[in-house]
Amino acid sequence: MSVELDVFVGNNTIMDEDVYQLWLDGHAVSDAVRLRMESGALRDCVVSVEVVQSDTMDQFRTFQMCEKLLQSPAKLANQLLFQIPPHKQAMMIERYYQFDNAFAREVLGKKLSKGMKKDLDDISSKTGIGIKSCRRQFDNFKRVFKVVEELKGPLVDNVRHHFLLSDSLAKDYAAIVFFANSRFETGKRKLQYLSFQDFAFCAGQLISYWTIGAVGYSVMEDMDVDLEKEFLHNLKDLKVLINDKDMLDQHKSLVCAQLRGKIKVFNEMEANFKNLSRALVNIAAKLTHTKDVRDLFIDLVEKFIEPCRSDRWSVGDLRLFLTHYTSSAHMLETFRFEPIWDRYMGVIKSCILKMYHD
Amino acid sequence: MPGKLKAKIVAGRHLPVMDRASDLTDAFVEVKFGNTTFKTDVYPKSLNPQWNSEWFKFEVDDEDLQDEPLQITVLDHDTYSANDAIGKVYIDIDPLLCSEAATVISGWFPIYDTIHGIRGEINVLVKVDLFNDLNRFRQSSCGVKFFCTTSIPRCYRAIMVHGFVEELVVNEDPEYQWIDRIRTPRASNEARQRLISLMSGELQRKIGLKVLEMGGNAVVGYLQCFDLEGESGLVVRAIGTACTLEKLSNPQPPNAAAQHTTANSSPSKDLKEPVFGEECPPNPLSSGPSTPLRAPGFSFSPSKSYSRQSSSSDTDISLTPKTGMGSGGSGGKDAGPLKTLLRQQTQTALEQREFPFFTLTSFPPGFLLHVGGVVSARSVKLLDRIHNPDEPETRDAWWEELRQEIKSHAKALGCHAVIGYSESTSICEEVCILSAAGTAAVLSCRLLQDGCLDLVTEHRLSRQPALFPSGSDRVEFDLGSSGSLGRDVSKALLPVCQSARLDYSRIGLDWNQLAASLEAQVASGSQRTAERTGERCEDLAPPGCGFCHIPYDELNMPFPAQLSYCYCCRRAKVPDVLFTTIDLPTDANITGKGCLIQARLCRLKKKGQGEGNATCISSLLPFMEYELHTQLLNKLKLRAMNALFGLRIQISVGENMLVGLASATGVYLSALPSPGGIQIAGKTPGDLSYEQHMSNMQRKINDTINKNRELYHVNPPEAVEELIGSPIPEIRQRSRLFRSHSESSDELSELDLSHGKKDAFVLEIDDTDAVEDIHSLLTDAPTPPGFFSCNTEVMPGINNWTSGLQMFTSVRVFRLSNANLTNQGLNKIFNELCENLLKSLYFKLRSMVPCCLCHLNFAVAVPEDELIQVAVTAVAMSFHRDQIQDSNKSGEDRAPMKVITENEEQLQFPLELSADTTSPQGHNTAKNSGPSDGSTGGLGGRAPSVDYSSFADRCSSWIEQLRVKAHTIRRGSIKTTSSTDRASPLPEGRSRSLRSTRSFPGSSSVTVVKMTPLSFIPGAKITKYLGIINMFFIRETTSLREEGGVSGFLHSFIAEVFAMVRAHVAALGGNAVVSYSMKECVFMENPNKNQAQCLINVSGDAVIFTRETDLEVSSYTQPQTNANTQSNNETNEDTPA
Repeated sequence: MSVELDVFVGNNTIMDEDVYQLWLDGHAVSDAVRLRMESGALRDCVVSVEVVQSDTMDQFRTFQMCEKLLQSPAKLANQLLFQIPPHKQAMMIERYYQFDNAFAREVLGKKLSKGMKKDLDDISSKTGIGIKSCRRQFDNFKRVFKVVEELKGPLVDNVRHHFLLSDSLAKDYAAIVFFANSRFETGKRKLQYLSFQDFAFCAGQLISYWTIGAVGYSVMEDMDVDLEKEFLHNLKDLKVLINDKDMLDQHKSLVCAQLRGKIKVFNEMEANFKNLSRALVNIAAKLTHTKDVRDLFIDLVEKFIEPCRSDRWSVGDLRLFLTHYTSSAHMLETFRFEPIWDRYMGVIKSCILKMYHD
Repeated sequence: MPGKLKAKIVAGRHLPVMDRASDLTDAFVEVKFGNTTFKTDVYPKSLNPQWNSEWFKFEVDDEDLQDEPLQITVLDHDTYSANDAIGKVYIDIDPLLCSEAATVISGWFPIYDTIHGIRGEINVLVKVDLFNDLNRFRQSSCGVKFFCTTSIPRCYRAIMVHGFVEELVVNEDPEYQWIDRIRTPRASNEARQRLISLMSGELQRKIGLKVLEMGGNAVVGYLQCFDLEGESGLVVRAIGTACTLEKLSNPQPPNAAAQHTTANSSPSKDLKEPVFGEECPPNPLSSGPSTPLRAPGFSFSPSKSYSRQSSSSDTDISLTPKTGMGSGGSGGKDAGPLKTLLRQQTQTALEQREFPFFTLTSFPPGFLLHVGGVVSARSVKLLDRIHNPDEPETRDAWWEELRQEIKSHAKALGCHAVIGYSESTSICEEVCILSAAGTAAVLSCRLLQDGCLDLVTEHRLSRQPALFPSGSDRVEFDLGSSGSLGRDVSKALLPVCQSARLDYSRIGLDWNQLAASLEAQVASGSQRTAERTGERCEDLAPPGCGFCHIPYDELNMPFPAQLSYCYCCRRAKVPDVLFTTIDLPTDANITGKGCLIQARLCRLKKKGQGEGNATCISSLLPFMEYELHTQLLNKLKLRAMNALFGLRIQISVGENMLVGLASATGVYLSALPSPGGIQIAGKTPGDLSYEQHMSNMQRKINDTINKNRELYHVNPPEAVEELIGSPIPEIRQRSRLFRSHSESSDELSELDLSHGKKDAFVLEIDDTDAVEDIHSLLTDAPTPPGFFSCNTEVMPGINNWTSGLQMFTSVRVFRLSNANLTNQGLNKIFNELCENLLKSLYFKLRSMVPCCLCHLNFAVAVPEDELIQVAVTAVAMSFHRDQIQDSNKSGEDRAPMKVITENEEQLQFPLELSADTTSPQGHNTAKNSGPSDGSTGGLGGRAPSVDYSSFADRCSSWIEQLRVKAHTIRRGSIKTTSSTDRASPLPEGRSRSLRSTRSFPGSSSVTVVKMTPLSFIPGAKITKYLGIINMFFIRETTSLREEGGVSGFLHSFIAEVFAMVRAHVAALGGNAVVSYSMKECVFMENPNKNQAQCLINVSGDAVIFTRETDLEVSSYTQPQTNANTQSNNETNEDTPA
């Protein structure tokens, strides 16, 4: 005897959040049944494997049927097929778009193309995330990217609005979209120590301060996805800080005066000041070229973070240094690019601080 | 030109991509009614077209309005090739034809395609302008309201119940027409959907006409079914109960009603009596249904001949299929070996025409006087092609025959009416089993009489007694004939009417006592139903136990049974077991809770053809019924209960087996004697190890009984004593009395009044069969803690529902792979199948605990050779646990379950005191107190708490205790009522969706629509019935694997059906479907061809409900709902998971 057909449909769609998670994680029904039986959740009720199996099958089917709707979440709210209370809908959407940081880290900055799909197997085995789950996450990235790419207006708001996601998740997606669009290099070995959240933070900074939307132009032209060209162009002007020898010396002495006795690595700083300053300004000046924009993070690590790390700067020291390094420029008499400088250094400073760890 | 139908196509959304190149669709819409078609413009390149069309106007006869659905087709425009259909929407405009129902249909409907399922949605507006038609020869019956609900709908009152209406129409099934060979599956499915829609419209119209001619304005308990007879055609048939209903505009508080009715009802009653008798001199009992006779234009079914003999046997085989019924119908070959008992009564031609049947399962208080027992009849027929669709006599005659038999069974039980009546079929190839079943009963003539105005008030009054704590009930009747009622049925009714008045001294007490017994048996073979006669009590029985009193003559019982005096009132005889197909009357006295009881059975049969096959099935049927009955009885005893309600026996036929499933809700009726235990008896007492085995088994049985007593709180004091007092019944040898009902009647005398003595049921174990039987008895898994289940409207003994409810449908198909199955093996498999299904349900719904699965409706089918299909539709309702625990606290509290609503002001607990207060002493006290109650009549309702003093002290203190409890509970509930709930006058669903829009930006205004198979929604008041929902869908696929196999296919189809039902209800302005049922779920698959097809028919009543805010109203209109549940937490209610 075998069960040929087994179906349960409720007027209100019944779903168990744990089972939903198992489905999202890409488990096969049999795995999911095993995991459920092993987990503590069912300890209270005496149930047989068959019952759990039947329940799991039903729910997996339901989720599969919902999946199409989840892919355009706005539809979920006004579709008629499933009667799901709003808070459950929100939960479903949020969980569906939830991703593993480890996975996102792998994909970050890569072109979200079909070719990429082939790499998913590798990522799956590398991260231990189920291949199905990887595909879902990747498709989510791609879908969000596609929808948001051409939209006007603040990136985070667009994501939140079109995919009905929570604020924090929308921010993460904004970061992914932003990285994918600008194709920042994140895969180099030297960058491996950085987590997705590190990059997401940096992306947030870039979006907030370096894009067109950041300066508050009219909404129509408001584009968050791309860095503001004009701003990048203007960064060239900062070169004066290192090209003008007087200014460089003056800058150095101002910073040293401020920091003397306040940081442990003062000597190293003093010795290295010109190199560090050159590194930061050169990075700024190079940003006019798209290729160099992509290398922003690797440059920061190679040219600035690694030297500091080898001198064993503490984070506190670094913060103090960057603060005074930025503010001292204002005291340089001949320096006329304060707004650009601040806009540049504000982001760079917080990025560096975020990235400065082991 | 009596009607103008107007339709406007507003917009579409979520349309499928029809043009691969552009990933878009050029959609337009065809709107068709009858032969007229309109088109909208093409809205190019959009998946969310905004047509905003003009109003399309159709000028049509109201006859067409009733028959035809409005058909909306969405198409994709294609310049070069034929336009592609995206899908269709059929809108039944019947609800618009009734002034009291909906006025406009407006909303988003899923666009449905029989191959692809739902493909987007379309927003439509429909209105009807109806002109008055005074033509008395009209063919339409606009304005007659239809209700699936099998009780008087909540916001109406019955002025009169006219009786049974039935109709059937037949047609060729498009699927079997020659043209089907050349058309696409889609075209064929759509032809079928449309035809069935047309046929049900026609059917409804014809029934409406009958109702109008009877002088009624509504059909309650409307039950429509399809018989897919394959080659031989398609039958759509319906039965219902014609009523005259009046809308309760403003339900008055009970006391006011009571007061003003007391004065005038009695004289008018007397006046009416003669009229009543005059009308139908030979048999006043049939007065209700006879009304139609007086309407000259009424014809039962035109061209039908009544020359047929009343040959009633469930084993008839139609041997002369092609001759039609006019000539004498079925060959009437009686193959049933158990056909006995049938008292052939010569019936006048007049009687033959009418059936005193009621499809209702619950009645206004006072309407149901006595219940005889279950009556049912089956017959096996051979189908043949319906040659002339306009003359469906053959099918008509088949049913007529069955009804005739039912009627005579009822008569044999001394009953003049059949209630809870239903009909069903099971078809396999050319063999068809027709089944009809109901409960024989004696009804009060009150509502059956022809329109006397005072009935209104009387009816209202009749609601009163239930609310009053003391028996201040129906004072108004004159105590008339006190004569003994013979088994002459005609006499039986009159005294009932007159004797409605009672001597209060006794009534007061009757409330308190619980115990009476009645027994009905489902007899097998041609006659199940068995009842025992008892001396008839002349006085009107008290509501709590009266219906248990036997209606038949004790000395001339239709079958042997044990009678005893009613354990409530001691004045009338009751049987020891009672089986019924109705819901538990709301005022019935019960002890403990109820539970679902199922008997399951499979029987192999040889494959056969034609007559041989039919004969084979006929001869199997009686045995199956007998077995099912036996199982039911055993399981009932095992649960220490004594009555079954909502009994439904299905026997489905397949190629090589018959499957029987009987479901019912067991309860302990306080009026009936406590059931004895079950004793098993071995055949060979000599063998020691064997005896060991026996006593083990016996111990197990006894343990189970005790456990069940505990579980369901079935602990009438006598039973407790008994359990303690008597040792486990020893194994002894005895005749298998239970199997044969062969208890000799001389035992009766010694059983009288000996309520202390329990006669244990004896099961004799003489072969492996019996061992198996007992095993299967014991293998029924207990429901997990926190769960209860029943197949009636509500769980007897639970009334503190929360608003959390979840309707669901579950379908399972099992393949029997083993070719050499025995009956035993088959039974085991089937049993497991049902048990596992229940287990799965409990598991799924575990988050709703404590909860009760209500109206568990199982449907079995044998779709193919080795397949068994079980479909279940039910609703899970959660309830407040605290009260249960309260009632668990002590045995004293436990015994009386409050079945009747507690009213805010009056705390009208039915005075069901725990039985230990019903000592003779209590009896006397109550007697004394009675008259004072009685004389005040309706006034008693105003100050019901006044007269407690006359009861024994302990009674009143008990009442006080309850009152205090109720107060606390109420206070608690008020606290949780949120202010928004109170403030919002909107229907709950709409207002909620507004709210949710705010809280959740993405959600739009999809109305939340509740669905329930029950006739009410806990904690809510139904304010308007918007019309009947009756929908038929076909879904087919040729890519079964791609759709997730059979389960995926059916899963999405059922979800789609739900969605379409909800959309239609929402478009009518409603927010719930009550009395929802899935009548048909026919599933066929061909995995090799990657194909499957499924047909689903659902029905229900669309309603608007509002959350209760007014306690008084709640308790008045919702006898089932406890006042303290009315406030509820919005967020919980739709989120069981």
